[in-house]
Amino acid sequence: MLSFWETLTKNSDLFIPGFLSTIYLFIIAAIGSLVLGTALAAMRVSPVPAMRAFGASYVNVIRNTPLTLVFVFLVFATPKLDVAFPSTFGQNGFFTIAYSALTIYTSAFVCEVVRSGVNTVSPGQSEAARAIGMTFGQVLGLIVMPQAFRAIVPPLSSVMIALLKNTTIAGGFSVLESAAIRQNISERGGDQIHTILWTLIFFLILITPLVALQRAMERRWAVSR
Amino acid sequence: MAGIALQALTKVFPGGVRAVDRLDLEIADGEFFALLGPSGCGKTTLLRTIAGLEEPTSGEVTIGERRVTRMPPGKRDVAMVFQDYALFPHMNVVDNIAYPLRIKGMSRSDRERRADDVGDHLGLEGLMERRPAALSGGQQQRVALARAVACRPQVFLFDEPLSNLDARLRLEARTFLKRLQRELGVTTVFVTHDQSEALALADRIAVMEAGRIRQLGTPREVFGRPANTFVANFIGSTPMNLLPATVRDGRVEVAGQRVAAPADALARLADGDEVVYGVRPEYMSLTRSAVDGALSGTVSIVENLGSSALVSVECNGHIVGATVPEGSEPDPGTTVWLAATDGRVLLYHANGELA
Repeated sequence: MLSFWETLTKNSDLFIPGFLSTIYLFIIAAIGSLVLGTALAAMRVSPVPAMRAFGASYVNVIRNTPLTLVFVFLVFATPKLDVAFPSTFGQNGFFTIAYSALTIYTSAFVCEVVRSGVNTVSPGQSEAARAIGMTFGQVLGLIVMPQAFRAIVPPLSSVMIALLKNTTIAGGFSVLESAAIRQNISERGGDQIHTILWTLIFFLILITPLVALQRAMERRWAVSR
Repeated sequence: MAGIALQALTKVFPGGVRAVDRLDLEIADGEFFALLGPSGCGKTTLLRTIAGLEEPTSGEVTIGERRVTRMPPGKRDVAMVFQDYALFPHMNVVDNIAYPLRIKGMSRSDRERRADDVGDHLGLEGLMERRPAALSGGQQQRVALARAVACRPQVFLFDEPLSNLDARLRLEARTFLKRLQRELGVTTVFVTHDQSEALALADRIAVMEAGRIRQLGTPREVFGRPANTFVANFIGSTPMNLLPATVRDGRVEVAGQRVAAPADALARLADGDEVVYGVRPEYMSLTRSAVDGALSGTVSIVENLGSSALVSVECNGHIVGATVPEGSEPDPGTTVWLAATDGRVLLYHANGELA
């Protein structure tokens, strides 16, 4: 039997790409869902009824769909519709599907968090901005969003932590990421409890900088508010 | 510079509230114009419609020679100061003042120079790098003014800009505002619910109720000859005496006494007509000895107003107010006589309109 430490070192060929995949999935899906989620929030507060309706439908459908189902749809249904996901970032198509599913799913949550932040900015702010001649885009981008983001740092951090943990679902869909390491090590006859403990430690280490970032942003904006 | 013309302007909110009702109004170039009225009278909606923040249901808004009814706010060449100032909390004072100029496409050095000039002029030197949260209420108010002034607009629109200041600062800011408007000569529309503010600042006042103008005139006209009992009630720091009366043989019978009334008003009334007898407490003289043709009663309440006192006298079941100079207040319970100053009595029809 390998010791707790050796489980990590002797299987580094599995642990390193697994952990790296998790980090990549998280970074790509985080950026993607922040952009898409903010755009959806902008739609939901826009003066155009069709955009508001689209934003609201998107959130209502995606937020109420289990993430696993989003994965299942992209992995098993899209080939039937003749949609093939190309390999990206030097990884295969399953990796592309994984960050797409995570982005689609998480952006519904980001949208709602950003929208709640927009609602904390007093309506007088956007009126003042309109009165000095800003367009809707300028009002939102230059006046409302910078103020809204201050209010949403804590809930947005929670959404990002949830995203980090949700990346493990990709393990069930042919992506070698941290949660999939256990399966592979189990096939080699390695110690599963050690593997799970190492995976847990890895997630705790990853979440620490996220929490630190949240604290730093809150402190910075608390003073200058 | 430009005047403002409103034609049959109507604003009905979803739900049927008629905030502005077929309103016609001309505001002259360079005029300081006050919209005065109680909460919910439509004065702020009217201002916001001029600004372009509300779209009218019908009617036209013209600024200068341009019809601006369907134009977005930024194209109207107006600058608005909001009640809560609406300064941008994530920008310092310079950026707050210069931001509208940036939107207009002015270069960075030009707009910062202009922001500094305006800031100096409005007493903001030394505060330009601060954020709004680090300023006092009075300073924030001046930043909001500076933001409007820096645009050099055709029209200023002020939505109760003084109401968030404490009483003392409000008086200072009032004087400052009037001087600034005189210097710049920019047409200004000022919304307030404070009649003393309107009287002190405006060249002309429109007193509004339920989306309509009840009286339009100079402060002197509105104070001296209120066109109806609504305006009479609203204007004046002490409430005007409005007593039910009846026309009798060239005089009026008020609170059981026959007293003199203006001849021109009586000429338009018939004997026996029910009227409202109106006179301001400031124009009631109070004596402790009997006077012919005066109301008599007993003193019930004395309120100190500083340099004067407001005395409430119960005359035959009606409360009549009179102001007396400090030091000559009667004791509650004493019998006194109240006579109105000649030429200061107003008679209103039973429907509330001036006779």
